[in-house]
Amino acid sequence: MAPGTEAAGAAGGTTPDVTHHTYDVLVIGAGGAGLRAAIEARMRGKRVAIISKSLFGKAHTVMAEGGIAASMGNANSRDNWEVHFRDTMRGGKFLNNWRMAELHAKEAPSRVWELETYGALFDRTAEGKISQRNFGGHQFPRLAHVGDRTGLELIRTLQQKIVSLQQEDHARTGDYESDLKVFHEFTVTELIKDGDRVAGAFGYRRPTGEYICFHAAAVVLATGGIGKSFKVTSNSWEYTGDGHALAMRAGATLINMEFVQFHPTGMVWPPSVKGILVTESVRGDGGVLRNSEGKRFMFGYIPEVFKEQYATSEEEGDRWYTDADNNRRPPELLPRDEVARAINNEVKEGRGSPAGGVFLDVSSRMPAETIRKRLPSMYHQFKELADVDITAGPMEVGPTCHYVMGGVEVDPDTAATSVPGLFAAGEVAGGMHGSNRLGGNSLSDLLVFGCRAGAGAAEYLDALPTAPAITTEAVDSALEESERPFTVQGDENAYTLHHELQQTMNDLVGIIRRADEMETALKRLAELTDRIPRVGVVGGRAYNPGWHLALDLRNMLLVSQCIALAALERQESRGGHTRDDYPTMDENWRQQLLALTFAPDAEGLQVKLTHQDQTAMRSDLFDLFEMDELKKYYTGDELGGHRAGQGA
Amino acid sequence: MGYQAKFEVWRGDSSGEGSLQHFDVDVEEGEVVLDIVHRLQATQAGDLAVRWNCKAGKCGSCSAEVNGRPRLMCMTRMSTFTEDETITITPLRTFPVIRDLVTDVDFNYVKAREIPSFAPPEDLEPGEYRMTQIDVERSQEFRKCIECYLCQNTCHVVRDHDENKQEFAGPRYLMRVAELDMHPLDVRNRKEDAQEEHGLGFCNITKCCTEVCPEHIKITDNALIPMKERVVDRKYDPLVWLGKKIFKREELEQRDATGKLSLDDAGPENGSPLPADSIGPIGS
Amino acid sequence: MTTTERDHGASPPIAPGRADIKARTLRRDRWWLSPLVNALGLATFVVYATIRSFWGSAYFVSEYRYLSPFYSPCFSASCVPGSSHFGTFLPAFPPWIPLAILSLPFLLGFRLTCYYYRKSYYRAFWSSPPACAVAEPHSKYSGETRFPLILQNAHRYFFYLAFVISVINTYDMIVAFETGIGLGNIILLVNVVGLWLYTASCHSCRHITGGRLKHFSRHPVRYKIWTTVSKLNTRHMLFAWITIGTLILTDLYIMLVASGTISDLRIVN
Repeated sequence: MAPGTEAAGAAGGTTPDVTHHTYDVLVIGAGGAGLRAAIEARMRGKRVAIISKSLFGKAHTVMAEGGIAASMGNANSRDNWEVHFRDTMRGGKFLNNWRMAELHAKEAPSRVWELETYGALFDRTAEGKISQRNFGGHQFPRLAHVGDRTGLELIRTLQQKIVSLQQEDHARTGDYESDLKVFHEFTVTELIKDGDRVAGAFGYRRPTGEYICFHAAAVVLATGGIGKSFKVTSNSWEYTGDGHALAMRAGATLINMEFVQFHPTGMVWPPSVKGILVTESVRGDGGVLRNSEGKRFMFGYIPEVFKEQYATSEEEGDRWYTDADNNRRPPELLPRDEVARAINNEVKEGRGSPAGGVFLDVSSRMPAETIRKRLPSMYHQFKELADVDITAGPMEVGPTCHYVMGGVEVDPDTAATSVPGLFAAGEVAGGMHGSNRLGGNSLSDLLVFGCRAGAGAAEYLDALPTAPAITTEAVDSALEESERPFTVQGDENAYTLHHELQQTMNDLVGIIRRADEMETALKRLAELTDRIPRVGVVGGRAYNPGWHLALDLRNMLLVSQCIALAALERQESRGGHTRDDYPTMDENWRQQLLALTFAPDAEGLQVKLTHQDQTAMRSDLFDLFEMDELKKYYTGDELGGHRAGQGA
Repeated sequence: MGYQAKFEVWRGDSSGEGSLQHFDVDVEEGEVVLDIVHRLQATQAGDLAVRWNCKAGKCGSCSAEVNGRPRLMCMTRMSTFTEDETITITPLRTFPVIRDLVTDVDFNYVKAREIPSFAPPEDLEPGEYRMTQIDVERSQEFRKCIECYLCQNTCHVVRDHDENKQEFAGPRYLMRVAELDMHPLDVRNRKEDAQEEHGLGFCNITKCCTEVCPEHIKITDNALIPMKERVVDRKYDPLVWLGKKIFKREELEQRDATGKLSLDDAGPENGSPLPADSIGPIGS
Repeated sequence: MTTTERDHGASPPIAPGRADIKARTLRRDRWWLSPLVNALGLATFVVYATIRSFWGSAYFVSEYRYLSPFYSPCFSASCVPGSSHFGTFLPAFPPWIPLAILSLPFLLGFRLTCYYYRKSYYRAFWSSPPACAVAEPHSKYSGETRFPLILQNAHRYFFYLAFVISVINTYDMIVAFETGIGLGNIILLVNVVGLWLYTASCHSCRHITGGRLKHFSRHPVRYKIWTTVSKLNTRHMLFAWITIGTLILTDLYIMLVASGTISDLRIVN
């Protein structure tokens, strides 16, 4: 995986050299979506480069624990794509892009089966099929899984498929990297366009600081999320909203940015691991939430819209684990936003655990041996990171910033953004999950839309009359921006600014939001916008984390402004967006999407917000729901097209 | 808690030259070594290079040597040291340094490419794969690997003899060969390759790979030794040789490996048909 | 054996670009302790076993039919009357040939090629490596790729033979019960149980019984056996050391009784 061989300029010297590479498709991001997109584009005959900020195979996808949601019907034959589609729409409070939800539910099984042909080894049912487990918001056991390390299996499988494609190329050309190359430990700082169209990307090689310019007519963004804008997060350092910011600066639109998922169960102790995820499978496999009084408080938090699907007594909830057909599920398995808010409330009202969370207990629910067998990496994680034995006592957990539902607006079928040649898939794309994502729908999202983005990019190239070109000016301007921290001799420290940004977002645009707090947040973010250009760094360009952070900061700031602005605008509570001052869901807001574009002004606000209508659901999909349920989400006018209305 | 700890951290560049730099740094309760390195970055050495990612022991990025022992920094709790102890952090010794604690681990990616990929039976369609849990468990253990390369770093075959890097794939990739050889649906014979292409014979089963594995994979006992035994099957075992002569076992085994039988075992049901729509524009 | 001086021994090669750290290891724990203990333990056994094998007397207590494992099976005309449970096929031996010449080389081979002992003595005697992340002193290393160490692959043959010898030892142990029960019987029994555990927990045994299969699901019985052997296998090291102890203890006890130094403690009769 040697980098380009042309020389890089010495750090700190005069204008450094730029190495140029040309590919058909450039995939930015090497997580599940990026790798799947690269595989698809390569299999369609394109030369593909994959850019990864970290080492190849370390993407944040490895953190996914629970599984991949796909209605294969292995555990319960009544499951099918329609049920999955309904669950997804319900979870997203009907704000989802329904076409994406439809494609996702239909194609997820094939994408999972495909992984087996790449060598994945999922846990099995007694008949030898892929085993599927229960998860919050899913009506049937649906998550294909491998213990609690499904994300690792997904990444490793795709990584090994990439290697196998490289081996095929090697057999043909004598070079493993002739047509598919992974540039790992590279960061893209800017997309470059030719007129309206994408023409490539500019970035640097992290180990050396060497600048690099990719010429590619199709670019797939698969950069993941934005969690590093928040203080308590389950996300790794890579999640700085690069793709969101790159797309915006290139002219694309973001939607749904107010919806940020706080996972209900992150570790709260010790402080150094605060935010690290405790998988939902702990609850799916029988773990229960208790407050300091020992009460299973979730029974008090079942919202009206879910009353019929959830157990109302502990006895019924407990019976469900062994007999799911005749009992309703326990409320610990409500969608994530509901559980996160409930925990938040318990803590706020003084019934929290010593470290400021609540208790998640499996130790009293199953034998130690079973826990170690079913939740090995959780057992391991608590033992080694916190010195806590989860087979002996309860864990302390609390909400942690986990996932952004919002992202780049894309065409569902091709993953194309509004910028020709630019595609987006995975967490960086918006719409699929509406206002709240169900657990397990992320990994399947990566695969389904990663695949579609790769295909979309390939088709775009096939129809492209002329290749775009990159001008020297564009490269110079991107270079200048990257060099700025070295040239300004600034007095601001990147680590301090990052800390302030995270604190602001956590405190003022966190899980429960209020108008006045968000206005304060926007003011502080505008101040930070002024200070970021003054960030200076010490050292050279070679593997300099201070410099890397300085460059990432502007992306984090841009997405933070998007989140704060959209959250202030949406005057209701829905899914991953909870307003203290507007505590209920308002059906008039359901079909409103908040769209954000890049438009820097003099006051430090870089974002423009507009309202956009959600397109009405296709009638055959609409008819999959019962009228009674739709009434909870839709205004009376919107219900006219339903079969119930027409039959009458 | 909260105290001042003494740290010695390797600072150096890609020439390999460098030295241990001393730091006094605050330590809070419940912290791990990586937290301290981050504190050094934020307060005393903004350009201190360290590779890390998830900080939860799941990605295998923050490998280094703490007091001479190969470890993940995020999984090394400060409470395992005394307060007056000087803690030394150095980069992985087997790989070239990029800067400070970051090493160039591309050796591993090169070795990964040299192992022929999973080879399923050609006539088996996606969705038709049938495997029993007991058959996949052995390979699943190896797939827990987070590729932290601590085993590759610790293995004396390459750590102490750089020249062996050509011929020796290292424990992680010999384990990969074992994983595929034990995969119930892999049809490729990998036994001779393990010995002749990937250098299994270099392993003298001194078990350091197992000792340092943060995932507690029994690399030596469950992958390397079984693989050595499988090589013995092909090359050195008198009874197996005799058995083959008498019962023509070779043929039987070949049929075993096609996976065809496992399908028959699982019955005729081959999963639900794909939704028509899903085949649509995606035709990979 | 020197220990801490090793710190000043060879440092690992500084290949291009590797961190230029001169020290052989930066480990500060007592990493040298384990190879030292191993070396002493193995050396004790080798020395004891060699001396006793050539000793040529005090290996059989005819009154209670106790036969030392170092002399079983005894096929030579030189064997003490009664100690040859399977007859004397071989002529009298000169004193420099151990009486158990038909079993000792194989038992030695079995332990010498054992996957656990290999680890132990490679570390303890060859320092290859002395401990993890401590540089070994050798400038070249080819492992088990070529002669003579490629012969380690013969472990399987030795396993088959050791299995047969374990059967013989079991027979010796049972025969000794004919005269009643004494402490010697108990010691022989413990030794035989230990030998079986060591033999059955061997990696080759694990492989032959089931490890070599690609599909456990088609061989349920072998899978069961493999599961059991695998459990034993995790304690192979333990059994390796236990049997070193019981072999020495058994032989020593029989030597002392046979030479009349002590008398056997009788429990029944």
